[in-house]
Order: sequence, then structure tokens, then C-alpha cells
Amino acid sequence: MPLPTPLHPRTSALCVTYLWKEWAGYHAVRAYSTSPEREYNAVRQGAGLIDVTPLYKYDVTGEDAAAFLSRVMVRDVAELKIGRVAYLCWCDDDGKVIDDGTCARLAPNHYRVTAAAPAYHWLSHNAARFRVTIEDTSAKLAALALQGPMSRHILRHVCDADLDAVKFFGLVETRFDGVHGVLTRTGYTGDLGYELWVQSEQALALWDSLMMHGRDYGLEPFGLDTLDICRIEAGFILHGVDYHGAHQALTEAQKSTPLELGLGWTVTLERGPFIGSRALAAERERGQKWDLVGLDIDWQATEELYDQYGLPPALSMAAWRTPIPVYRKGRQVGRASSGTWSPLLKKNLALATVQADCSAVGTVLDIEMTVEWERRTVPATVVKTPFFDPARKKS
Amino acid sequence: MMKSYDAIVIGGGHNGLVCAAYLAKAGRRVLVLERRYVLGGAAVTEELYPGFKYSVCSYVVSLLRPHIIRDLELARHGLEILPLECSFSPHIDGPGLVRWPDPEQTRREIAAYSQRDADIYPLFGRAMMQIARWVKPIIDMVPPDPTSFRLGQVRDLFHLGRRIRDLDDQTLARLVKMMTMSAADFLDEWFESDALKAPMSVSGIIGTYLGVRSPGTAYVLLHHYMGEIDGAFRAWGLSRGGTGQISLAIASAARSLGVEIRTEAPVAKILIDDKTASGVVLEDGTEYRAKAVVSAVDPHRTFLGLVGFEHLDDDFVAQVRRFRMRGSSGKVNLALDRLPDFTCRPGDGLHVRGDIAVAPSMEYLERAYDEAKYGMYSRRPYLNVVIPSLTDPSVAPPGKHVMSIFVQYAPYHLADGAEMWTDKREQFGDTVVETLAEYCPGLKEAILHRQVLTPWDLEQEMGLTEGNIFHGELGLEQLFFLRPVPGWARYRTPIRRLWMCGSGTHPGGGVMGAPGALAAQTLLEERAL
Repeated sequence: MPLPTPLHPRTSALCVTYLWKEWAGYHAVRAYSTSPEREYNAVRQGAGLIDVTPLYKYDVTGEDAAAFLSRVMVRDVAELKIGRVAYLCWCDDDGKVIDDGTCARLAPNHYRVTAAAPAYHWLSHNAARFRVTIEDTSAKLAALALQGPMSRHILRHVCDADLDAVKFFGLVETRFDGVHGVLTRTGYTGDLGYELWVQSEQALALWDSLMMHGRDYGLEPFGLDTLDICRIEAGFILHGVDYHGAHQALTEAQKSTPLELGLGWTVTLERGPFIGSRALAAERERGQKWDLVGLDIDWQATEELYDQYGLPPALSMAAWRTPIPVYRKGRQVGRASSGTWSPLLKKNLALATVQADCSAVGTVLDIEMTVEWERRTVPATVVKTPFFDPARKKS
Repeated sequence: MMKSYDAIVIGGGHNGLVCAAYLAKAGRRVLVLERRYVLGGAAVTEELYPGFKYSVCSYVVSLLRPHIIRDLELARHGLEILPLECSFSPHIDGPGLVRWPDPEQTRREIAAYSQRDADIYPLFGRAMMQIARWVKPIIDMVPPDPTSFRLGQVRDLFHLGRRIRDLDDQTLARLVKMMTMSAADFLDEWFESDALKAPMSVSGIIGTYLGVRSPGTAYVLLHHYMGEIDGAFRAWGLSRGGTGQISLAIASAARSLGVEIRTEAPVAKILIDDKTASGVVLEDGTEYRAKAVVSAVDPHRTFLGLVGFEHLDDDFVAQVRRFRMRGSSGKVNLALDRLPDFTCRPGDGLHVRGDIAVAPSMEYLERAYDEAKYGMYSRRPYLNVVIPSLTDPSVAPPGKHVMSIFVQYAPYHLADGAEMWTDKREQFGDTVVETLAEYCPGLKEAILHRQVLTPWDLEQEMGLTEGNIFHGELGLEQLFFLRPVPGWARYRTPIRRLWMCGSGTHPGGGVMGAPGALAAQTLLEERAL
């Protein structure tokens, strides 16, 4: 039985659709409205607010915090400046990704790691030689993501910080209408946006303050359905959907390396050894077997395919996450793991894992499409991600 | 040294810009000349009162072709469309009617007026989808000339014929009915409730000098459902930053493809020697030469103004004159200090975030037309209201709003002459505000600024002949291979090297971009440059 998050009194009052799902043991809203576009548009045009409290959060403190996390993470977080956040992943000894998340440096000896799956065991298991304390702050901290082009305008009413000084992936400790907390310029939408971290007891006050000040800026609460569309447009992968964590995978074939997931850029090999570094160095030498790519599914062909059945193209407005075969010249070369119609780009998009020799931008593959219970294919072109990358994200 | 281009596009509205962008994408050197200081033509955003951005004329994106958004990467150039999902028809007495995105909620709303209509409504939608699916490909096709024996055109005609043959009898019958009946009669065949039929019928008359009971108006109802087919696509909506943002996004795409764009560059004449266009001359005397001149302005201005009678056959001139422009609508834009409540449904909920139609009954709409027939503006006009600031906070200061009010009927030809509009402008504006205030009592007190555009203003300021928002009415006799003139529907003109790409060509008005794209495609296929 999932638990309510500290924001449940507000989210449940607004969630008149009763559309919920379980997220890391908590009740999380899927959609507040039966018209999901309203929430989507709020995020892309105004601002959206989502309760992301269920994220796993770990505070790592102590004089070895930097050395310890640099040992566990593929990225050299000892180099991370105070007041910065890094996106990264962590691997097992074989260089297979366990999870991806963010790592924020709040103070010289204070980091905060977010994760999609429980990570306490893995962190503490590897901490034996280090003078660090690892605290699971998942339940203690509430988190709200305020995303969208108007998010900064709203925050100006709510928090004391100099927002112009908070750059993309920046962090500042501040007060939100009197409530102490941490503001990070991060999110899972690929848009201008922030995440706000406060003690759980303060979460309701923060929500109320944001909703009140956000009213004039088109702020709407949004749920996981909209988040899923936005994150695919942003080209962000999802643990358990686009890849399996090494601790969840049932076979070797289900595991992935950072290079295979397009996370090679997060790996800092040129430093002392870290968990998985030997395997990753070897892979960098010989090249990876798979690549995670973006696919743009041909719309003209989709229309023509549906027309053969006397139908207009029927696409779900929601993102999908059932793996679908991807072919090249009739031979299966991979799978699309999630996808969505992009209301903004007017494109049918997917994230797919394909063999490395089929992953060059511009390669035309075929993706399975079922129409009237018949399995057919339409062309899909490998394109660069993010699919949607507005200048305001970093402005 | 005079610069020379492959193509000069006259008019920096959305179609001119789309055409230019596609030509540049194919590697051509293109110059766009815009008369005003701002791009967009009738798809323009202007900040006429500090902090408030008006979508001055066109206020909704209707059927902007999704392939154009993809081809020109308009999202990357700043285009974001917010779908209009709700239709609210307020009443003075009673709750009014809202059609919601949620079909069950809509069913309950309609059932308050007629249980029968509530059940039929989705069936009607399904029937329209089936017809629209047949009609829609026509939008994206260069009209074949039915008298031509050229292979490509015969093939296109054959395909069209085959599509008709594939229609089942019922759908075909409905299609023929839609092409001949009035919107009112057609809807009467389906529905009994006036409260439902009235707001549905208005899509048949928008921009047309006809009433809901005039034959031929049913066809335009279909256009609404084509937007539905565009499906997930949601072709109907508001553009973030106002309608002008569409033009600016297209302009940005065009520039990135190498198009040169000049504003405040009014073209005086198209240069013609021996029935062949060679360039244009601006009002200040500057001349530009090009292999092709493409006019995005309406057929009247193009031929009767920029070309001139001396270069055209009398017969052609007569046909252009017969092409009906007849503006019938006006526009009122308001800057509001606060959001006034609609008496029948207060608050700023979803119902006021879509389009709001003051169309309480069929009789109301037909009476509005009665006055227009005799050269008066309607004392109680049909109003189509949107409040874009509710969904797009970027167009007004926080907590304040812009309201766009499309008004019909405002006939261009007033009984005492079109130029009398300058005297009647504010009076007309008062009528509009008073009409809306009957439903929305706090409106007058909330107004900070008001802009009134009569058909006369649309002609004088925006260059739309007779204030016709579609560059010519969307009647069946003026569509497809008849638009604008039979025999000249393929973007060509009797003047060699002069082409058309505006809403006066197939498939017509609205912010579709299709005429511009199809014209560019034709120019390239015909190796015109």
C-alpha cells in the first residue's frame, strides 16, 4: 500500500480524476485533468508544479565525502564546485549502470544524491574505507519541481535568492517565503525549471506559496503523464523503462553501460580508479555494442499506413513505454523503449536502443506499428536528442 | 549594382514567408518585401498598449499544416501552439453551454438541453471525421485543372475520382449535402437544440458575408473537423506570444535558410515587359529584379493594383473583379485590468480558456445577418472571444489580460459608403462591448485600452481588400480549382514569371500556410526559377 507524500493534502484535493500511480512507495498523481494537454501546455508555456518527493535522496557528509562519491560515481564529483549540481550515473565493477541521478554539492563536505532506485545499500557498502556519513533523507525532505518558462518569474515572488546568479545546474540555499530550503536549477522536463528541497513539514507551506504567486503566471500542478511526455522531448532516459539497472536486470543482456545509454559524457576516465573504471576504459577502447538514440517516426508514412485501413492516424496522447521492435532492412536491430507524440514539435518520437552500426544520425530504420491488430512498419529516422531544446533552458 | 534574386515575394504575411522559406530551402535566393514595419500581415502581434500584446487580426491558428511545422523546424524557431479545447457559449438567462474536451462532460452539458442531441453529438463528430478524412488531402494538394490533359494533373484527378468512388453512399450523400445546404439546415437534420446548433453553426459563416441560413455555408463546418483529424495534432489553437509569433517563427526559419527580409518596403508596381514580370519597384523608387515575382497579397490588389489593367485581358480583369471579397467582420482587442466574470459561469476555469461564442440562438445569428444585408453592422453581433493571457501569461502583465473579440457582422459596404466606417468606428466598438457586457457585466470597468478594427481599417492598415480576412470568401464557387479564377488556380497568373501564394489561392484563408507551401512546391516543380 503506497504512502501519501507530505503534499498529499494538496495534491489529493486537486486530483479530481483519481488518476494515481505508485512511485517509489508513494501515491503520485498521473494527471489532474482528463485533458492532459492543459498540464503539458502549462509546463511549456507558463509553469507547472509537480511533487517529486518520492525521489530517493541521500545526504553524504564527512571529510571524505568528495573522495568517496568520486569513487562511486562515474563523474569526478570532487571537481564539482560548491553550489553546483551534476547529472551522472553509477556503475558496478563491470561498468554496467546501476542507476542515474543527480549529485549536488551543498558544502565542501556535504553532497546530496538523488536516485530512481534505493541506493543506501550500494553507497554504504562502498563507504567502508571512507570517513563519511550516509543519511537516507528520502522521507525527511520534500521536493517540488517548478518547471516552465514562467518558473523564474514565480520564484522571484517566493524566494530571496538572486535568481540571475543561479545558472543551469546551479544551487543555492535560500528561504522560500520564510521557509529554509535548497533551490536547484534542475528538472526532468528539458525546460527552464527549478527544483525546491525543503523539510517535509514545510512542504505544504511551500506549495501554497508557489500556487498563490503562480496564479498570475499560468501555473498549474501537473502529473507524471505530462512529465513523461516532457522528458522524452528532452531526450532523458528513465530507469526501469529505457534501461534496466544492473541490480534489477535478470540477465547480462539486460544491462547497459554508460556509453550504450548515451551517458559517455558523464564519465571521467582520466583520474584515479573508480567503480567500473577498468571496464569502462576497455569499452571506450573497443567501442560499445549498443547506442541509445532518438527516433523521428515518419508521419507521412503513418498517415498513409492508416489510410490503407480507412482510418485517420490514431495516436494516444500519452507517452508509451512498451518495448517495440526496430528493424533495418527487415532484420531486427534493436527496440524502442518509450515514445510520445510531441504536441509542440508535431512529431512522433521515440527513444530506442539500436546496434551501434545503425545509430548514426540520419540512418533510416523501420519501427513496428500495429494498426487494426496487424503488425506493420513505418520508417523512423535516427535524430539527435534532445528533440526539444529551448534556449530558455540555459538562459 | 542592383541586386538580383531568384524570387521576390511581395508581402511578409505568413504565406509569403512560408513560400520564401521553402524556396530558400531549395537553394534559391529570395527577397521578401513587407509594406508595414512589422512582419505577419494579418497574423501579427502588436503591443499597442504597454505590456499587452494583441493578436491584432487573426487570433487562432487554424489548421497550420503540421508538415510545415516539421519541415521548417518552427518549434526551434519559437513556435508553440496551445490547443483550444473548450467551447463556451454563454447565455443571459440560464447556464449556457460548454463543450469540454471530456466527451462525457460534454454529453451531460448537452443533455441539459436535449437528451437526444447529447447522444447524437459524438455520432455527428464521427460522421464529420469520415467526410473530413476524404476532404483533408485536398488541402495539401495543388489543384488539378479539370480541363488539362497533362499527365500529372490527369493522375491527380484520377486519384481524387478514386477517393470519391471509395466513399460509401451515406458519406457521399452527406458530402453533397454539405456542399449545397446551409449550416442551419444541415444541423437541423441532426440536432434539435438551439443552444447547441447556434454555436456550432457559426463556423460556417466566419469571414463570410452570408448567414447561417444561406445555402453553401454547411461546407465550412467541415474545416472545423479537419482540425480534429489533425488529431493528436490539434491544429486549432493559440500561438504563444500571439499569432504574430507564428510569422516571426517562420521569418526566423526563412532567415536561417538565407531569405532576405525587408520591412517598410511597400511595393508600388510589379515591373512588366511584354506580359512578363521582371521585378518590382518600391514606392521610393528602388527597383529589384528577379526571375520570379510571387505575390502574397490578395488577387484584387495583385492584379488591379500592382499589375494594372493595361497588362491584362478584359475577361481576366472581369473575373478578378467578380472574385468576391466582401469583408463582413471586425475585431475589437481589449487590455483588461482584471478578468471579469461571466454571469452564467463565474471564475477563470477551463471554460473561459477556450473559445467563447456569443451565439445564443439561431435566430440571434440570422437577425445579426439581416442588418448586415442592408449595410448596417449588427446591433447584436455574433462574437467570438478568446482570452489568450489565461493560457499564455507572456501576452499580458501578471494578473491582467488581453481579450480578443472577433465580430460579425460588420459589412465593408455600409449603406452610406465604406469610408463612413471612420465615423462609426468607436460607436461600433461600443456596440461590441455592450453586447459582451450583457453576459459579462464587469467588462466595461475592467477595460484599460481598446482597439477597434472595422473592415475599412483592415483594408487601409492591413491591406486586406474590402477587409476580407480570407483574401476572398471561402464559398465553394471560390475554392479548389476555382480559386481565385478558373484556369489560374495553380499559383500561376496570365503574367509570365508572376505567381501567387496568398490566401486568395488554394486552399484559402486561415493561418494554414498551405497556399505558401504549395506555391513554392509548384514554382520549384515547374522550374520557374
